[in-house]
Amino acid sequence: MSFSKYLLQRLLYAFLVLIAISFLIFMIVQLPRGDAVDRIVNARQAQGDIITEEEEAALRAQYGLDKPIYVQYLIWATQFARGNMGHSMLGIPVSKLIDERIAATVMLSVISLIATYAIAVPIGIYSATNQYSLGDYFWTFVGFIGLATPNFLLALILLFLFHKFFGLSIGGLYSPGVEEQPWSLAKALDLLNHLWIPIIVIVTAHTAGTIRTMRATLLDELGQQYVITARAKGVRYRRLLFKYPVRLALNPVVNSIGYILPRLISGQTIVAIVLNLPTLGPLLFSALLAEDVELAASILMIQSILAVIGVILGDVILSLYDPRIRMEKGVT
Amino acid sequence: MTFDLLLEVKDLHTYFELEEGTLKAVNGLSFAIKKNRTLGIVGESGCGKSVTAQSIMRIIPRKNSRLRGQILLHHDSGAVDIAQLDEDGDQMRDLRGREIAMIFQEPMTAFSPVHTVGNQIMEALFVHGETDKRAARERTITLLDEVGIPAPERRIDDYPFQLSGGMRQRSMIAMAIILNPRLLIADEPTTALDVTIQAQILRLMKRLQRENGMAIMFITHDLGVIANMADDVAVMYLGKIVEYGAARQIFKDPKHPYTKGLMRSIPKFGATEGVHLATIKGTVPVPLDPPDACPFASRCSEFIPGRCDAAMPEAVTVAPGHSVNCVLYE
Repeated sequence: MSFSKYLLQRLLYAFLVLIAISFLIFMIVQLPRGDAVDRIVNARQAQGDIITEEEEAALRAQYGLDKPIYVQYLIWATQFARGNMGHSMLGIPVSKLIDERIAATVMLSVISLIATYAIAVPIGIYSATNQYSLGDYFWTFVGFIGLATPNFLLALILLFLFHKFFGLSIGGLYSPGVEEQPWSLAKALDLLNHLWIPIIVIVTAHTAGTIRTMRATLLDELGQQYVITARAKGVRYRRLLFKYPVRLALNPVVNSIGYILPRLISGQTIVAIVLNLPTLGPLLFSALLAEDVELAASILMIQSILAVIGVILGDVILSLYDPRIRMEKGVT
Repeated sequence: MTFDLLLEVKDLHTYFELEEGTLKAVNGLSFAIKKNRTLGIVGESGCGKSVTAQSIMRIIPRKNSRLRGQILLHHDSGAVDIAQLDEDGDQMRDLRGREIAMIFQEPMTAFSPVHTVGNQIMEALFVHGETDKRAARERTITLLDEVGIPAPERRIDDYPFQLSGGMRQRSMIAMAIILNPRLLIADEPTTALDVTIQAQILRLMKRLQRENGMAIMFITHDLGVIANMADDVAVMYLGKIVEYGAARQIFKDPKHPYTKGLMRSIPKFGATEGVHLATIKGTVPVPLDPPDACPFASRCSEFIPGRCDAAMPEAVTVAPGHSVNCVLYE
């Protein structure tokens, strides 16, 4: 099987999974009592209008709510697939609300993921090759502190510290007024200035796990026979370390892309609220509070799509990385 | 004929410092390996055979190890004491692979699973100064062909898991001999293989020895293999050599009670049904802070109280080139 065929197969599976997810999401969104027409009727009654049974039925027909549930689902699904995500209760097209936030979410997640690996992998290698040293204990300690500290608390502490000592407001991704400007070096620098705080917050929570994984698997690999074989050939230790055991120990780390990335994309809501980040999380939160069902359903669907893409990405990278997996699946 | 000497091990000790005490894995070992000859080192699991090999290569994986004694590698111009070299130093690394090479028991785990065999074989060349990639590849293909791998120009790009156990062991041998080492240490090279494959690998090693004139140190617990391969035999027990001699002498006239026990425990073709195979009672003790006594004393059927447990018996020459460490012959 060629690589493109493998990829195609994965995409097909992903598509089927997404259809199942969309069905679930639609059903859950339908769960609360009442529907959009009830809300409209209530709102107009509150203004003193009198609405007859016929008018209500007409409204239902207009929104398609009189049709059986699976027809409603099909209509919603086809509309969503065409990029028409319906209207938020605010009267704004959902797609307009979401577009920028998707970009911000993806950017933040991917950068956090890269930063997590960039920090955790070298520390893991150090800890494994210097097992039970002072440095090993130090990084274990730091890692667990990061793991144990609630994200939102760390975010609050950082906000407070920066405000108190530097007089800086570090919420959001841009300084006030910068976001609307066209892209320029100044805007990019401003973004970088704001980006690193949320990244620190997110990364502290995720590095500990990756450090532990890297340390444990590398310790395991260092004891393997092939390490002795390479030494017996006269390979320099440092070169050997990175060519063989580190390469193999990275396997579960590469594998973790598949679950860390989706978690980054759909998680982080509370941190995003505290730090006022324009990601999908806070929008979903407010949509749920306002019972804005179309908006909530669309955000859930978008998050699911991103998460599935994350999983595929992890799988594809792993199969490129490890010949055993590549060959087992018959990909060449 | 000292000019024939290749490797001389003199009073080698390899200890591991553990929390429970000192593990004396190799405890006062002396032997010599001559050019173009095969020394078989035989003994049960845990007798220190592999640690001896790793001591000579200076690739003992544990950090808490201590090495004492001499390991002299002879050249025309003199000798190097490997025991004195820095194990991570350039001089030692230069010897590994080029002068002394090693093949291992488990051909599956001895190769990295995510690099092609070609990559790992050629690495030996690159580490020792080869810079021409094309030449290295050519040389590797030729060698794979020599060790009996069909379609070597394709197999060179295979991953270890795509090869059978026998093919992997052939590749391992190719990797070890690619630089024409003067000494090949084979640590149970056929133990993990089928009997038919075993015979093929042994034949291959003999042929390569004939062609390249290298010395082989053959480590195994399999007396049948030793009888087939070795010119000289050292019987090891608990970190010490208890009997040493030409293979013919050892098999024909074993002296040490341990060697005799080993010989009796070989199944004989056509043996009467229902007759139990002789075994040596007990198990190999762990050499944690062992007493200065005959290591076999605790299991020996000819144990003499007050003598065997008093001191380590000296080597007694019972025939030219045949020595045994046992009070029975003093």
